[in-house]
Amino acid sequence: MEQHLSILFESVFSKNLALAFFLGMCTFLALSKSMKTAIGLGFAVIVVQGITVPVNNLIYQLLLKKGALAWAGLPSTDLEFLGLISYIGTIAAMVQILEMFLDRYVPALYNQLGIFLPLITVNCAILGGSLLMIEQQMTFPQSVTYGFSSGLGWALAICALAGVREKLRYNDIPAGLRGLGITFITVGLMAMAFLAFAGIEI
Amino acid sequence: MASKAKDVLFDPVFKNNPIALQILGICSALAVTTRFDKAFVMAVSVTVVTALSSTVVSMIRNFIPNSIRIIVEMTVIASMVILVDQILKAFVPAIADQLSVFVGLIITNCIVMGRAEGYALKNSPGMSFLDGIGNGLGYSVILLVLGLVREIFGSGTLSMPGLGTMTVLPLTSDGGFYVRNGLMLMPPSAFFLIGLFIWILRTVDPSQIEKE
Repeated sequence: MEQHLSILFESVFSKNLALAFFLGMCTFLALSKSMKTAIGLGFAVIVVQGITVPVNNLIYQLLLKKGALAWAGLPSTDLEFLGLISYIGTIAAMVQILEMFLDRYVPALYNQLGIFLPLITVNCAILGGSLLMIEQQMTFPQSVTYGFSSGLGWALAICALAGVREKLRYNDIPAGLRGLGITFITVGLMAMAFLAFAGIEI
Repeated sequence: MASKAKDVLFDPVFKNNPIALQILGICSALAVTTRFDKAFVMAVSVTVVTALSSTVVSMIRNFIPNSIRIIVEMTVIASMVILVDQILKAFVPAIADQLSVFVGLIITNCIVMGRAEGYALKNSPGMSFLDGIGNGLGYSVILLVLGLVREIFGSGTLSMPGLGTMTVLPLTSDGGFYVRNGLMLMPPSAFFLIGLFIWILRTVDPSQIEKE
């Protein structure tokens, strides 16, 4: 339990996917102009991350890891080099399935998430989450917590940035910095604030 | 024809830079630039992957059904990245270790996908190859500048790929004059530096300024 709490705290605050690992930056910067889109996208990321990280963990543990195919009589097979292509395939497939499922059973949510779902396939936070999980050799229960909480951290960061950017509209910014430039500097300041969480352990 | 090829190759470097203007491929630009040699290896990998995957996608562009083109592009890109990943692990294991997940993340680097989707699907393999190299170079310029600034001011050293590390600013801890700026090695500095880089680029070329 304690271990799960510490994974939760770490991935939301001190090892935030967006602000400490710079993952999912393209969407993070492009879609943070209004709070409403930010919340929709953040929610979609939590859901997709919460599903794909555990699924990729199972694929790694049961199929790709060295010796994982022992049950099929191939104890020395090492398929780790196939990792990247399998994870991205899983992510693309999961997003597609989720889209069809929502369309059929929860149309209200489907309409709200709309264009954000397909975009998530190419969001590096999702693939990055899976790769970091593999790198840290997490067990299945750990990966469930990690998937959910890293998505939560990302969602929190994009909502915070959207809030700041909505206020920035009223400021007089030098012409060359307008738009992208000042957004980068804002994110830099936010990342500095999140650095304050570093080193805190539960 | 020659001038068109030149435009395709050099436009993305300053005029239409993928990072500064199109907001593409930022993730890795920030994370791998704490040392010059890391940035260099990453820049080369991305350029190679972009050029090769653009060429391959362009070669098979007449056979890809429109409805599944994204997944086909993904597969081509992922195979190229696996290739690069294995080569890096075999020849420069130390740097490959430090780059960790970011080599894999080239797959979702929007520059690669964007060029395959936006250029290679409509143009001949030769031009797509040049376009891939050009965009890779545009990405490399920013990566190398960031790596240079962050390493020199953050650690006082400069690690040339293949030549080892040399001291540029001797640190006070070794009897020199420079107190190292720890912030440069932290994530936020990359954001500040790219922000300033964009500011300079847009002051030089005001047509890039965003409208409100």
